[in-house]
Amino acid sequence: MSSIWRSRNLIAGAALSLAMLAVALLSLIWTPYPPTGMDFLHRLAPPSAVHPFGTDSFGRDVLSMIMTGAQSSLTVALIAVAVGAGIGVPLGALAASRGGLLDDVVMRGCDLAFAFPALLTAVMITALAGPGAVNAMLAIGIFNIPVFARVTRGAARGVLVREFVLAARTAGRSDTAIVLIHVLPNIAAVLMVQATIQFALAIVADAGLSYVGLGVQPPQPSWGRMLNEAQTFIWRAPLLAVFPGLAITLAVLGLNLLGDGMQDLLDPRLRRAR
Amino acid sequence: MSSFLLRRLLILLATLLAASLVVFAVLQILPGDPAAIMLGTGARADTLAALRHRLGLDAPLALRYLHWMVGMLTGDFGVSYTYSVPVRVLVAERVMVSLPLALLAIVLSTAIAIPVGVLAAARRGRAADAATMGIAQIGVAIPNFWLGLLLILLFAIRLPWLPASGFPGWGAGAWPALRALVLPALALALPQAAILARVTRAAVIETLGEDFVRTARAKGLTRNAALWRHAVPNALVPVVTLIGLQFSFLLAGTVIVENVFTLPGLGRLVFQAIAQRDLIVVQDLVVLLAGSVILVNFLVDLAAAWIDPRQRRSGA
Repeated sequence: MSSIWRSRNLIAGAALSLAMLAVALLSLIWTPYPPTGMDFLHRLAPPSAVHPFGTDSFGRDVLSMIMTGAQSSLTVALIAVAVGAGIGVPLGALAASRGGLLDDVVMRGCDLAFAFPALLTAVMITALAGPGAVNAMLAIGIFNIPVFARVTRGAARGVLVREFVLAARTAGRSDTAIVLIHVLPNIAAVLMVQATIQFALAIVADAGLSYVGLGVQPPQPSWGRMLNEAQTFIWRAPLLAVFPGLAITLAVLGLNLLGDGMQDLLDPRLRRAR
Repeated sequence: MSSFLLRRLLILLATLLAASLVVFAVLQILPGDPAAIMLGTGARADTLAALRHRLGLDAPLALRYLHWMVGMLTGDFGVSYTYSVPVRVLVAERVMVSLPLALLAIVLSTAIAIPVGVLAAARRGRAADAATMGIAQIGVAIPNFWLGLLLILLFAIRLPWLPASGFPGWGAGAWPALRALVLPALALALPQAAILARVTRAAVIETLGEDFVRTARAKGLTRNAALWRHAVPNALVPVVTLIGLQFSFLLAGTVIVENVFTLPGLGRLVFQAIAQRDLIVVQDLVVLLAGSVILVNFLVDLAAAWIDPRQRRSGA
């Protein structure tokens, strides 16, 4: 029962995530209407055969906007995770393989970073450095660095004491070579799981930043900003506040299921515990 | 125990000091001269210089940091550029919204999550477990500000039971104020409760497999007695640690959720201060919020050590 349930997680997660990616890619070449095309004769239209999700206060087609919104959401999250992993993984690997003072400094630095509520600080950075997609990516990415550094260090320390690493060291391989050839391939799966979780968190953070007007700037549609605009008309067109949030939730749910599924494949002990 | 406490206290102080240095440094690096923003683009160079002098912006960096830190420690948080009132007064006013909101959210989240998590663990693999964990999986994925909007739609518009936004203040009595905090607290609490329920379930399942639980059962304790008296107390360490970590999420969450419900709390104050480049307010608030996260984590470490004495020896 439990292993079927788990692999079902993996399949559902992969399907949802791929669907989201497909929508984002499709929106590059086709949407039912131009996402920025206004139609003042049909403002705040309820869902219908012509506009499946209705139209917003400018008469723009909500389905087309949500499809296009997937582009910026996925791009910002992807780059934020890449920034975090790109800096955090080498930092964590270095801390694990060198140890000593460097290890202490890196780990205390991570503790310090965790003291700052991430979203609050991201709001501060984007607001002061100027709103926009690039600053949003960086502001979210910064808080991924300590996460990846910690996970990498923890996993790498487990590998560094194994016999094949000792053998490689005896054979005269350098620290860098050992990390690149022996450690990283062995912790890649753990890092993939973490990247999936951080990807989901980054999507939420990006939506939060866009909701308060600090993410991707108009006219490029974004899910967070759509929710913000919908709130103004929540009495007249309540469904406007439903569809973009559903898109965020499905994207996050898909990634979380994918992460859970991969985690269980990695850790058979955990699979039995559930 | 005393050396454990001393080491923890030293780490606490060093972290607080480092956090204040980081906040100060970051705000120096980021663009935006408050004097120029206050006076607008047409300001003359000498007026600008005079204002910078009055605000103390022309002093050396180290001196400014020292002055700020000594002020923070003696309760003088400086004066807001835009509101022209002491930051201490602003914070004291807004904290009366954010603190009850965060506490209400923590209480709600814990009150929901622990029974649900324990129940799911006790009924592992059965329908109740699958149903609650399925709901939790979705709950984790819902962003709190969207949940806020949905709650407004349901309980303020469709069913006009609770206010959709705003805060009447505590002066009008506790009941109207609490009514205004219910929906935002739920928006913050439910996603956190989903995470906490999953962790509680996993922790209880882990301890249910331990020898001492089997011994308790062999001694003749009922399943329920073994669960509540032996498994649950021993599963509390990760749960308490997570509740502490969630405090940080809740604080950050208030920035956005207070915007959804237009609550005059610390989150909205941070936001307004950033928009108006009221840097002294931003600097004070961020360091106060980070400081409270550091302090809560310190207390959580102590609580974990109190619950489970083994933690005292497990090093830094």
